Amino acid sequence: MIFDFSVIWDNLPLYFGGVLITLKILLISLAAGLALAIPLGLMRVSKSPLVNFPAWLYTYVIRGTPMLVQLFLIYYGLAQFESVRESALWPYFSSATFCACLAFAINTSAYSAEILAGSLKSTPHGEIEAAKAVGMSRAKLYRRILLPSALRRALPQYSNEVIMMLHTTSLASIVTLIDITGAARTVSSRFYLPFEAFITAGAFYLCLTFILVRLFKQAERRWLAYLAPRKA
Amino acid sequence: MLNGYGSTILDGAWLTLTLALTSMAVAIFLGLLGAAFRLSPIRWLALLGEGYATVIRGIPDLVLILLIFYGGQDLVNRVAPMLGYDEYIDLNPFVAGVFTMGFIFGAYLSETFRGAFMAIPKGQSEAGAAYGMSGMQVFFRILVPQMIRFAIPGFTNNWLVLTKATALISVVGLQDMMFKAKSAADATREPFTFYLAVAALYLVLTSVSLLALRFLDKRYSVGIKAADL
Repeated sequence: MIFDFSVIWDNLPLYFGGVLITLKILLISLAAGLALAIPLGLMRVSKSPLVNFPAWLYTYVIRGTPMLVQLFLIYYGLAQFESVRESALWPYFSSATFCACLAFAINTSAYSAEILAGSLKSTPHGEIEAAKAVGMSRAKLYRRILLPSALRRALPQYSNEVIMMLHTTSLASIVTLIDITGAARTVSSRFYLPFEAFITAGAFYLCLTFILVRLFKQAERRWLAYLAPRKA
Repeated sequence: MLNGYGSTILDGAWLTLTLALTSMAVAIFLGLLGAAFRLSPIRWLALLGEGYATVIRGIPDLVLILLIFYGGQDLVNRVAPMLGYDEYIDLNPFVAGVFTMGFIFGAYLSETFRGAFMAIPKGQSEAGAAYGMSGMQVFFRILVPQMIRFAIPGFTNNWLVLTKATALISVVGLQDMMFKAKSAADATREPFTFYLAVAALYLVLTSVSLLALRFLDKRYSVGIKAADL
């Protein structure tokens, strides 16, 4: 038999530990990324170039460079500066988990901001006119009409972004974290069974991807029911 | 420039560009094949295409790269002795990289191409058939030229993602610009400077690609009236 999966079976706990780390990094970076993306998305739809341009530049630069470079800039790069090494924040910046979450959050915030901006721009005109007609202020218009409706309509695209982020978290293994990919790398180098080790990691990611797709289908049924095609 | 490392990094940038372009050629071939399979009326071909696209798109690039680089090499060397070949086989990292990236992005492109083929009005291929063209002729003479216009936006996206994903190949030891920057960073202890330089080079690459593909989009849309909203 050319395959030997018994070692994988014995090391399953390592993989399950990896799943937890992957999910932890994913959740933290998505939450932080979304929190950043909402103000950025609002800036991206502004008509004033002073507000729009910085947000455009941010998303353009982040989306135009590889995730790996961003991660290395934060994890390895910042240590180059004495001021960073001596600052009170150094314990954070020397932690791989913190740097990975920060880099992923910055990355996803740029993509999510563009998704949100696109969704805000495609708000039906009537909704905005109706809000103005009942005398809502600008802040109220955003809070009650624009954002809730735009965030809902962004859901299908955002689900793609979340799956991309799940895949991106595999880069955490490059900065020494033991996520699913990290577990596979450990098993691969300890027993020299790279094929079995990585195909197992692939299976884990595939399962997580399917679960996420299902969850977003449910969410769309809940929040986008009014946009679903009418059933005959 | 850059403590004398400027030229090695530019060499790496050239390798990155070659890798991206060659992988894209492989990906276009596999993407067309995948799209043709998925649209085929033959059930097992359609299922095969569907399986390829779903599985590859459900697994991170990095895991696939590690799987094909290390796992593939390992597997080749496990199978070769059974066929009576006893020397250790070392895969060329550039060739392995091209096939890995091509294989991954072929799956993404098959999705783009499938959508583009479906956007062509059905009458077009029927007209081709009415002229007595064979299935192959209809595919290459009627469908492919018209599909390109619909595929450009998705293709642009895939190309940008592929260019950026080539950085991952440095993890398995191909000496692209990311790899060169890492060596320079380790030698000079100035990681920020070198990674920033590489980031700038990638930004130039993506910006130029965007401009070029926008031009291409204009060329292919000549004679098509945009919807006036």
